[in-house]
Amino acid sequence: MVANIVLSEVEYTHIGKRPVRPDGVDKVIGRAQYGPDITLKGLLHGKVLRSPYAHARIKSIDTSQAEAYPGVRAVITAQDLPFASLSKEELGAGYQALKFASDHVLAGGKVLFKGHPVAAVAAANPHVAEEAAKLIKVEYEELPPVMSVVEAMAEGATLLHDDLYTSSLGETSQTASNVAAHARYEKGDVAQGFDEAAVVVEREFQTASVHQGYIEPHNGTAFWSADGQLDVWCSTQGAFTVRSSLANVLRHPVSKIKVTPMEMGGGFGGKISIYLEPLAALLSKKSGQPVKLVMNRVEVFEASGPASGSWMKVKMGATTDGKLTACQAELALDAGAYPGSPAMSAAMCAFACYDYPNGLLDAYDVVVNKPKTQAYRAPGSPQAAYAVESVVDELCEKLGIDPVEFRLRNASKEGTRRIEGPVYRRIGLVECLEAARSHDHYQTAVDFQPNGKLRGRGVASGFWFNRGFVSSCNLTVNPDGTVSVVMGSVDLCGTRASIAQQTAEALGIAYEDIKPSIADTDSIGYTFITGGSRTTFATGLATINASQDIKQRMVERAAAIWEAPVEDVEYVDGVIQHKSDSELRMTFKELAGRTLTTGGSITAQCNIDPPGEGNSFAVHVVDVEVDQDTGKVDILRYTAIQDCGKAVHPSYVEGQMQGGAAQGIGWALNEEYFFNGQGQMTNSSFLDYRMPISLDLPMIDTVIVEVANPGHPYGVRGVGETPIVPPLAAIANAVYQATGVRMQSLPITPGKVLDALWSQNGS
Amino acid sequence: MTTERKIRLTVNGKAYESLVPVRMTLVDFLRGELDLTGTHVGCEHGVCGACTILVDGSAMRSCLMLAVQADGANLMTVEGLAEGPELHPLQRAFQRNHALQCGFCTPGLLMTAYEFLRDTSSPTEEQVREGISGNICRCTGYAPIVQAILDVSQEAG
Repeated sequence: MVANIVLSEVEYTHIGKRPVRPDGVDKVIGRAQYGPDITLKGLLHGKVLRSPYAHARIKSIDTSQAEAYPGVRAVITAQDLPFASLSKEELGAGYQALKFASDHVLAGGKVLFKGHPVAAVAAANPHVAEEAAKLIKVEYEELPPVMSVVEAMAEGATLLHDDLYTSSLGETSQTASNVAAHARYEKGDVAQGFDEAAVVVEREFQTASVHQGYIEPHNGTAFWSADGQLDVWCSTQGAFTVRSSLANVLRHPVSKIKVTPMEMGGGFGGKISIYLEPLAALLSKKSGQPVKLVMNRVEVFEASGPASGSWMKVKMGATTDGKLTACQAELALDAGAYPGSPAMSAAMCAFACYDYPNGLLDAYDVVVNKPKTQAYRAPGSPQAAYAVESVVDELCEKLGIDPVEFRLRNASKEGTRRIEGPVYRRIGLVECLEAARSHDHYQTAVDFQPNGKLRGRGVASGFWFNRGFVSSCNLTVNPDGTVSVVMGSVDLCGTRASIAQQTAEALGIAYEDIKPSIADTDSIGYTFITGGSRTTFATGLATINASQDIKQRMVERAAAIWEAPVEDVEYVDGVIQHKSDSELRMTFKELAGRTLTTGGSITAQCNIDPPGEGNSFAVHVVDVEVDQDTGKVDILRYTAIQDCGKAVHPSYVEGQMQGGAAQGIGWALNEEYFFNGQGQMTNSSFLDYRMPISLDLPMIDTVIVEVANPGHPYGVRGVGETPIVPPLAAIANAVYQATGVRMQSLPITPGKVLDALWSQNGS
Repeated sequence: MTTERKIRLTVNGKAYESLVPVRMTLVDFLRGELDLTGTHVGCEHGVCGACTILVDGSAMRSCLMLAVQADGANLMTVEGLAEGPELHPLQRAFQRNHALQCGFCTPGLLMTAYEFLRDTSSPTEEQVREGISGNICRCTGYAPIVQAILDVSQEAG
């Protein structure tokens, strides 16, 4: 039985309860419509021809045989894309050079990773499309692949792009480079800080590319009408991101693109970028019919975004009484084939859990011949935390200080300034550390050597920003007293429920009377992606604000009906009443039933870009067992503790904490992209890319620490990103305690563990 | 060479007769021809379990079968679990335990659990974990799924 503890400070009527989700029935009876489920009259099926090489120049493409193949309706190559310059455009989730975004969709002069799209075919059925794609003749000139940041940054490295220059501290390099950007954050004087330290630890770390691993493959369906209207259906975390990306890459007006987000089978950050949507659009434009494309699993691994592989060096110093004196790190995160790794966010997160006087961080965004990386839950933060929290563990060991105690002595708190500038408002790291220390898990001693196996415990902390960004929602009071909430936020895992709960709370009506739905891009104001742990916070604020307007309009309507001054009418807990005449009183439902005959519908909307982000911290504790004979690491017990602010729906908050921890466990122990010498991924299946199954995980216990975010009326912070941050280091630290070996590269596979144990024994 | 063949089969109690390409997988037939899109395709190589259905009572990967191999078979998909508006106890338990996030793996897990509970009375947690070890869920970490299945077995027991 899983132990889920909620440490609450405030109780509400709907917030903090665990109702069944509004979309729950559809998802258990098989009626929910995911991206690949859509069908349209005259629908064609597409297939993408992809590069077999990690790095090659395209010398020629001959599509004539494919075009002549019976059943084929359209064939496209990069020639069908409009010209794209190097100018940087806002593509929804940040600025990107248009040429790179365009080349990523369909390779222009060069292919830069195995799986890079080169051409695409639309045909009457998927089999014909696949057969025809094989008839496209592409002549390549192979080039040496560059597979790691270390190789890519080396003097004289093969260049991926001859037009990519390093942007470093406000300057642009004179010569082309694989380093797209270098950022530095600095405070105090690290040299002096290390001089003051009694103990200094410095180590290097490496992590492999890992995939988000959503079970639903990428998909995209498009219909380009003769009048230029482009309708798109896809699985995405942000319909507006897809719209702006398509508008830029296709040079087509935003007003002529409508994106309808379908139900989505997992994203974790990986379903923000466009892949198949522009190909479906171009194939539809050429064929005059709607076109659907769905990736298979090999394509998902080889051509959609993994999280960055990394090389990191971390140096930290502390006094004998365990106070940090200096923190320094170099973090190089690979971006895959085009710039845009989360190196900068890795740097901002690296030491975010600590209050320290002197710091220096250098972050590098480096291109390599791998698929372009995408966000994966707290992008950049897990890699950085793996390195930093491992070094902290070593400092604790050298100083003889308990790892929770050490973190408490150096914990960030309200008023601490992060190295890149912001000062924390009220945060809950100290509360999380205290909850860890008093938890039964931490209080129960580890039985170190039962049955000759090795056991150990590890602790690590983690941070994510939880920034708000833009959200929109429209509320309508229905004549039966229910309220429709139309939002732009896609529901990944309970958004409908958490938004309905906040609306019910704000209006003082029943949760069951809220009808949440997700709109297409023509039907709602711009809404940023569902991601970054922003949605429950920002879209929640939007619905709370709109609810205030609904209440005001209900008061105005009642005043008009009663012919009373508006100021004499009030809204109390879902009842509209006259302040002094107790005869004049209507429930929400009663007044709703009269709206259509007393002036028409009552609606309200809110578009918001809220300040007041509630940063979220987590502390994880894990016990592992290491088999000395096989090198296999088993997770015996796992406890995830996090300050999420007020948990709107604790079950979904716990689900995020458990799911994030599970992904982190996979990242730590099993998951990695294997590349052969030619830069080709050799484990692009779920059989060989090993994600945690039910037998790999214990019941993951959770503690929700509710330190209210002052920037939200109910104290919401957000939850989803932070839980993937601590597991990598927590497990590495536990393996160290069990074996005495510091694991400086992920994943901690049985082979690496055996190597480490054998070299430790000198055999 | 025959490229199409006529098949007769029963799906969720309803009889079908259809002319299908011999290379069409069973899952493509269910989704594309019968419009039963509740069965999902996750990996197309039999590892993720999202496409699990019952073929003559046994849980099978419909992505690894051809439609023609199901000729004469009695199939059950997630759409056949509920009886009219009445949800199956497993469906109710998944709801109650919040055992799904994105919901994409859910149909396959429900079908696997259906067979498992039919064949295993009063299972332990370890047996449930073994029973669903061929279905990957990337969202939940499995805890609420295991709990939901244990709940149903306790209701029944």
